[in-house]
Amino acid sequence: METLTLDRLMEIMRECAGEEEGANAGGDIGDTEFAALGYDSLALLETAARIEREYQVRLGDETVTEAKTPGALLSLVNRTISEVV
Amino acid sequence: MTRRAVITGIGVVAPDAIGLKRYWELLSEGRTATRRISFFDPSPFRSQIAAECDFDPTREGLSAQQIRRMDRAAQFAVVSARESLGDSGLDLDRLHRSRVGVVIGTAVGSTMSLEEEYVVVSDGGRLRLVDEQYAVPHLFNSFVPSSFAAEVAWDVAANGPVATVSTGCTSGLDAVGHAVDLVREGSADVMVTGATDAPISPITVACFDAIKATTPRNDDPAHASRPFDRTRNGFVLGEGAAMFVVEELRHARQRGAHIYAEVAGFATRSNAFHMTGLRPDGREQAEAIRAALRQAHRAPSDVDYVNAHGSGTKQNDRHETAALKRSLGEHAHRVPVSGIKSMIGHSLGAIGSLEIAACALAMRNGLIPPTANLHEPDPECDLDYVPLRARRKELDTVLTIGSGFGGFQSAMVLCGAGEVAG
Amino acid sequence: MTSTVVVTGMGVVAPTGIGVDEHWAATLRGTCAIDRVSRFDPTPYRSTLAAEVPGFVPEEHLPSRLIPQTDHMTRLALVAADQALQNADLDVPSLPEFGVGVVTASSAGGFDFGHRELEKLWSKGPEHVSAYQSFAWFYAVNTGQISIRHGLRGPSGVLVTEQAGGLDALAQARRQVRQGTRAMIGGGVDGSLCAWGWVAQQTGGRLSTAQAPDRAYLPFDAGACGQVPGEGGALLVLESADDARARGAEVYGALLGYAATFDPPPGSAGPSTLRRAAELALRDAGVEARDIDVVFADAAGLPDLDRAEAQTLAEVFGGCAVPVTAPKTMTGRLAAGGASLDVATALLAIRHGVIPPTVNVTRPLPDYRLDLVTRPRRATLSAALVLARGHGGFNAAMVVGRERR
Repeated sequence: METLTLDRLMEIMRECAGEEEGANAGGDIGDTEFAALGYDSLALLETAARIEREYQVRLGDETVTEAKTPGALLSLVNRTISEVV
Repeated sequence: MTRRAVITGIGVVAPDAIGLKRYWELLSEGRTATRRISFFDPSPFRSQIAAECDFDPTREGLSAQQIRRMDRAAQFAVVSARESLGDSGLDLDRLHRSRVGVVIGTAVGSTMSLEEEYVVVSDGGRLRLVDEQYAVPHLFNSFVPSSFAAEVAWDVAANGPVATVSTGCTSGLDAVGHAVDLVREGSADVMVTGATDAPISPITVACFDAIKATTPRNDDPAHASRPFDRTRNGFVLGEGAAMFVVEELRHARQRGAHIYAEVAGFATRSNAFHMTGLRPDGREQAEAIRAALRQAHRAPSDVDYVNAHGSGTKQNDRHETAALKRSLGEHAHRVPVSGIKSMIGHSLGAIGSLEIAACALAMRNGLIPPTANLHEPDPECDLDYVPLRARRKELDTVLTIGSGFGGFQSAMVLCGAGEVAG
Repeated sequence: MTSTVVVTGMGVVAPTGIGVDEHWAATLRGTCAIDRVSRFDPTPYRSTLAAEVPGFVPEEHLPSRLIPQTDHMTRLALVAADQALQNADLDVPSLPEFGVGVVTASSAGGFDFGHRELEKLWSKGPEHVSAYQSFAWFYAVNTGQISIRHGLRGPSGVLVTEQAGGLDALAQARRQVRQGTRAMIGGGVDGSLCAWGWVAQQTGGRLSTAQAPDRAYLPFDAGACGQVPGEGGALLVLESADDARARGAEVYGALLGYAATFDPPPGSAGPSTLRRAAELALRDAGVEARDIDVVFADAAGLPDLDRAEAQTLAEVFGGCAVPVTAPKTMTGRLAAGGASLDVATALLAIRHGVIPPTVNVTRPLPDYRLDLVTRPRRATLSAALVLARGHGGFNAAMVVGRERR
């Protein structure tokens, strides 16, 4: 199974919830908190549902709320993908 | 001279409780009406539980054509409006119809009919350009929820101000609040008002699944709605309606009507924060409570009972507890607070009116309905939630509050008939 | 004594244009925006005409965060609210925390959004339904989104009375100002131009099936043959006259009087209650029929309803005694947005001393005894009566005009 990349994750987020905020503020986007990027709980739920469909995985209810940054979400998703495989 | 608005009649369609009498039995016994969804196969959904009404429109007196053209929620509205009129003892033929109005609340209108009809005209979701040849002639009634107010107004022959109020999950408070405004300002002497919703359809279940707002406790439907409990994990969808006859005080007195309560205060505020989220501090809900109490000329310490929104989501119950502490101060820890969604689920727009009905009945009977399913207190929700069993108490001033998507925060204060007479 | 409530800002997003100036210029030109539907392919349907907001690119007006979670009509409403506040020059953060609220009218919610999600559910399955479906389609969405965008924590609301809603929402906003709220946004912006909404509207039995845009919606005309839907509307900023004066705000005019009534059931013998609505609104405004300089008619475009309205006007004002116009012949009927747009247009007419025209009506029926204004007419105007009727029997009437002191 194909793993999720940070670029693809951010692309999905933009489609699901619009452009991130403070994108040019420098620093690694993967380590920036969703809140700082302007993404709220709905944005995350919409994104998670999309990932579940595209990558044929089930992310636990808690998984999504636990991940505070794109990087954290990415590793959660990829861990789940590898478990499925 | 100040005009005041009092409740003189109530009608109810509730899960496992059609009619006022059965409704009060259910609430006072602390029974739950939540169960596995029976209207459709819920197995593809995350949450498979709802509080359904066993409602037979024919048995409830609706005609064949009414049944055909009305969504289930409109049927609930008309049936409960008739009960409220009967309960009020009003003789409609002795009223000036231009002085009778109707305000009906609903959050999601004819969701059930719309989905059923969509499935047909789209041939199961296949056709984007849906087929007009398969559209039923009364589809327009489902298209616009104003048809709910129209149906009730036709049924009671009201020619005064008529409207549907749709503010999501506070619709049931806001509709009655609006009707009270119309009575007070003199636009009507009698209002038939309340709220209705029948949202238990696949699209509604799916959309709450998508935001994980409803509980997935599918293995224990009867105990799935757990407001204020540590183990709560979402609300249970419900359906139903409650209608009231709201009357100008002198009008009611002149005909010697029984008065349940005065709607002495009502206020709504917006959190301007998030379409589905709540600020944990409950600031706007608290302000709505304060404003409603001010309007009712009551102090926080006068409140004898709070009927909570108590949806059973993690964030709501915390938010609401904070709002009560912020608005009532120390008294928040003394006043009994209970959540009837534990028994009849969350019927979206309808529930606010069902809760007003519960308050009026609690005042009449001197009995506070309990919060069912509350076994494990949540340290973050540390008020007296009247767990499991109803409690005797004379009630003069009752507060009922609601909160909903879109950020609406509403509060209503009912004062007892004793106060009204004074 | 209740205080006068005035309009200090207006936001218009309508088939006549985006912004008050564009709208007014197009209205005076008599530009009819009715055309073949472009938002979906209307070929399979009996009715094929609508009036759409031209050149509306949501990304040009709104942050990208709001795009995935909003229906088209909510985007239009958000832009109208932005404009209204800007136009009023109202600085919300400087006002009391709970001092500003919003009341909108809705008719069918975000039907297009709902259509897409129903399609996903039934063609692909529940896991495809969007998290935004829980609010993006519902009737309260415009009020909720506007309050969030501008931090409006005051009393808010949503009224649904089909085409009468625009007036009912303004009246509720006026009520809130009178009860002490510092400022309110009120009105309606609406539209359900998607195939699913189209089929639902067709069952209402009022849509015109004419194919020629200038022959489709002809109120009070011998050829009246139905209605054409449109999208858009107007949102207005209301304040008490005292507050507006104190901050030196520019005032468009006042909402002087209002009333709402409801008709007897269809098929019953009882007469329409529109007349009573009009008379109560005049009484509420403290004016006589002769004080009204122009009537913005509901203008149903169906013979029965046109006749009932013409008869009402004759009863209230006398035959041909007051100029009557229906600029909605240019925009189609905007559901919950139409009546608040009429209020905005009426206030502009009063300000500029011009009655905007009723277009496309070439054969007004003489026995209606209406002074129907079919080309722009210069006139000194101080008060207008706006009428609106919603499907099912909802009647609303509002008197707007120069502030009386």
